[in-house]
Amino acid sequence: MLSVIVFLPAVVAAALLLVPATAPRRLFTGAWVLVSAVDLALVVAVWLAPGSGFRFEERVAWMPTVGISYHVGVDGLSLPLVALTAVLFLACAVFALRENRGVKSYVALFLALQTVSLGLFVALDLILFFLFFDLSIVFMYFLIAGWGHGERARAAALKFFLYTFLGSLALLLGFIVLYLAAEPHTFDVVELVAADPLAGGGPVAAFALLAIGIGLAVKTPTVPFHTWLPPAHTEAPATGSAILAGILLKMGTYGFVRIAMPILPGTWRQYAVIAVVVGVVSVLYGALVALAQTDIKRMIAYTSVNHMGYVLLGVGAAGIVTGSDEQARQLATTGAVTQMVAHGLITGALFLLTGVLHDRGHTYDMAAYSGLAARMPRFAGVFAVAAFASLGLPGFAGFIAEFQIFTGALASAPVATALAVVGILVTAALFLRALQRVFLGPERLPDAPGTPRPFADLHASETAAIVPLLVLATVIGVLPRFLLDVIEPASRALVELVTR
Amino acid sequence: MNENPAALLPELLLLGAAVIGLLLGAWLPRTRQWLVRLLAAAAAVAGLVATAVAATRPDELVFGAAYAVDTPTNVTRAIVLVAVLVALALSVDATTGHRRETEFVVLLQLGALGTVLLAGANDLLLLLAAFLLASVPFYALAGWDGSALGTEAALKYYLSGAFLGVAMLTGTAILYGVGRATGYGALREGLAAAPVAAAGVGLVAVLAGLLFKIGGVPGHFWVPDVTDGTPPAVAAIVTTIPKIGGLVAMYRLLSVAVPADALDWPLLVAVLAAGSMTLGNLAAFFQTTVQRLLAYSTISQVGYLLIAIAVAGRSDLAQPALLYYVAGYAVTNLGAFAVVAELPHARTIEDYRGMARRNPALAGALAVCLFGLIGTPPTAVFVGKLVVFTAAVDGGFAWLAILAIVNTVASVFYYLRWIVPTFRSADSDPAALQPAGTWSAVTAYACAGLAVLLGVLGGVVLPLMATQPLSTMP
Repeated sequence: MLSVIVFLPAVVAAALLLVPATAPRRLFTGAWVLVSAVDLALVVAVWLAPGSGFRFEERVAWMPTVGISYHVGVDGLSLPLVALTAVLFLACAVFALRENRGVKSYVALFLALQTVSLGLFVALDLILFFLFFDLSIVFMYFLIAGWGHGERARAAALKFFLYTFLGSLALLLGFIVLYLAAEPHTFDVVELVAADPLAGGGPVAAFALLAIGIGLAVKTPTVPFHTWLPPAHTEAPATGSAILAGILLKMGTYGFVRIAMPILPGTWRQYAVIAVVVGVVSVLYGALVALAQTDIKRMIAYTSVNHMGYVLLGVGAAGIVTGSDEQARQLATTGAVTQMVAHGLITGALFLLTGVLHDRGHTYDMAAYSGLAARMPRFAGVFAVAAFASLGLPGFAGFIAEFQIFTGALASAPVATALAVVGILVTAALFLRALQRVFLGPERLPDAPGTPRPFADLHASETAAIVPLLVLATVIGVLPRFLLDVIEPASRALVELVTR
Repeated sequence: MNENPAALLPELLLLGAAVIGLLLGAWLPRTRQWLVRLLAAAAAVAGLVATAVAATRPDELVFGAAYAVDTPTNVTRAIVLVAVLVALALSVDATTGHRRETEFVVLLQLGALGTVLLAGANDLLLLLAAFLLASVPFYALAGWDGSALGTEAALKYYLSGAFLGVAMLTGTAILYGVGRATGYGALREGLAAAPVAAAGVGLVAVLAGLLFKIGGVPGHFWVPDVTDGTPPAVAAIVTTIPKIGGLVAMYRLLSVAVPADALDWPLLVAVLAAGSMTLGNLAAFFQTTVQRLLAYSTISQVGYLLIAIAVAGRSDLAQPALLYYVAGYAVTNLGAFAVVAELPHARTIEDYRGMARRNPALAGALAVCLFGLIGTPPTAVFVGKLVVFTAAVDGGFAWLAILAIVNTVASVFYYLRWIVPTFRSADSDPAALQPAGTWSAVTAYACAGLAVLLGVLGGVVLPLMATQPLSTMP
């Protein structure tokens, strides 16, 4: 079942590659929407199926001599992210119905990216995880370089590739250390968790955690490894940014809860305070730098650094045992996972909205726009909802997540939590300021040559792509139980593993 | 003592086909020389069958203890013969109807024969003979097309080969002098008691010859000129085939004949590995012609391969890592050269601009091969690198694994410098992208497919490579 979900997009992508590029555009985009919808339906079926622990496990020996197997399965930590992936890719498929540049390769690339994203979240073998991790870099590289905005996009794509590839190799080194430490040698996550190979701690365990931590931190990204992110986001096409922020960043934070914490529990406890500090610095630094941006897409990119900082704060707090009870740590973990989902939905929507803005005005510069609310009321409304969701207003998913993280982290890291709350304030300020500058005041539109007129409001396909994301974020904000019921058992198990 | 020639059937098939092909080529008209190529291909296929049969038999030492027919030899035979088949297909477009087509095929076969003998040699004298047999045909091949650049390349190749070959001869003499034997098994006992300084000098001198063969630092300086100065088909052969045997020969020599507690050769090889990968990578950064870029890329790849040799005997994974990586490297490198052979007029990276739009399938093959050389999963080189890194950490060379990882990231930069223009929209002269024919293109697709297939099937292939060389066994 999981294999079908993972590889269906890739199979369709391969089939589409055989169709000549001169075929009607509708064929490719239609197939894309259809596949994404089918995939989402399958994920919903998995969601509704009963069971606990790892479900839908599949395990086939792949390279038994070096302990590598094709091992997939979902639990409460991965299922929400699998669902998020399916939802966001469907949204991008709908949004891209209007795309007309190199549609065939665009669709094929996205479907391939969907396969590797889904594959990463269900992988229960370190090498399988690494395989999808690396391929996501390759496909995203081509997406940014091929469909971004000109020469600068290629520079940004190269930077993205080099940074995240370095991170992935650090990750690989950490995996190799884990493999060699386990007896018998294995890359299997479940077996490694059970074996706890580096329980004795020491320099080897610290080195393994350092290598894995750096690899995941680059992808997340946290300060100081975030510098690849703003150019990559700014230069990528809207759908690419949405996937990059919504899904690919989660590969980093998901790695913490799936690999770093359960496999190296003792070492994680020992160094959890570093995660907390890095998290808080990311929260504050990301928010402050975002405040200083004039480019709206860059601004949103920096808020991603901020939001991912909360996740790190949550997983770090879960590792600080002194001064907190189990329930608080569990709350922080649940909050971290919820935050991944919330950020994926909300930032995905925001990036798609900036894509709409760029489509109309050909610039991301906030100073070029003013008073858009009169010309594009629906766009302004949707944007405002997304902005409020992103700044953590109660009633949206982000609030639930951040509330849980703060409550869970307060006991063990009171100073850090207090500082992180300031981040919310800064985010609120910067979003309100952006809304004010772009949507209110006298109407002014960019007057660059080649700017298409008139400034049309949201098209049906754009609305159909963006609004469901926000609806979902609101549903999670108002009725979070359906999500939390899935996450909580898994985070309880995770906290037990970390404190064993 | 086993002197049954049938044990050498794959080698004899190569030799026989080369001799018959040479005679045949002398009689055939120029338009019929493809028969020689067909004969060579048939011999390679027959050799593969013979190798498969040999692999099912127990390992043995033949002709005294001079030649080992064991797992490393059999795997080398298989890789070299497949590489010969690929090289034969790769060169069809460029050499068909050429007045020296027969010579091309025969030289390729003789060089391949020398390469296989290098891998199996279990005696210093046979190693030296194999070195010469693997070198001389390739010198001639480098000058095969008779162009000014090719002649210069051949001369440079020959001179450095002659120089380092003499060094190897000297080293052999010294090792014989201090170790009182040339056979590896006996040499091991001799060297354990020998004066360290003399044995060290002798070993370094012998390794100099092998480093020339594999194009590793410091015996690498012929690689860029020869690769850039010869036609793509020749460049593909000389940067791939000799390495296969040379690396296995080095592995066998060090792990069987030289006790690591007498001479610290693991550290020496580790330093050579570090030098090769770093120097190759740095020099590749700003190359503008694709063949020179690939030349430096092969130097850096040898660096990664040498890591596996540095941990020989310290990690069980060393041998499968080496052999698997060699196989993956051979297929991937030949694939990249097949793309170059398909577009003989595109010499520089800029000439590839817009290639993806004109020929998407070929661009896809190029991307697979170059990402393969980087080591992106699920290609064969990725699995090779994974196992090599694991063996390095396991064998106590974690710093080498870290250096290799840093190098891998650096290498991304120059491989992407080639991939990027390929996938950009074209605004340059499309004349540079005139395809040479179908054979090179099909070879490129096959190699790219094989590189991925080998990566996915790593689990099946790796265990076949794990049996240690014969005379280390008690």
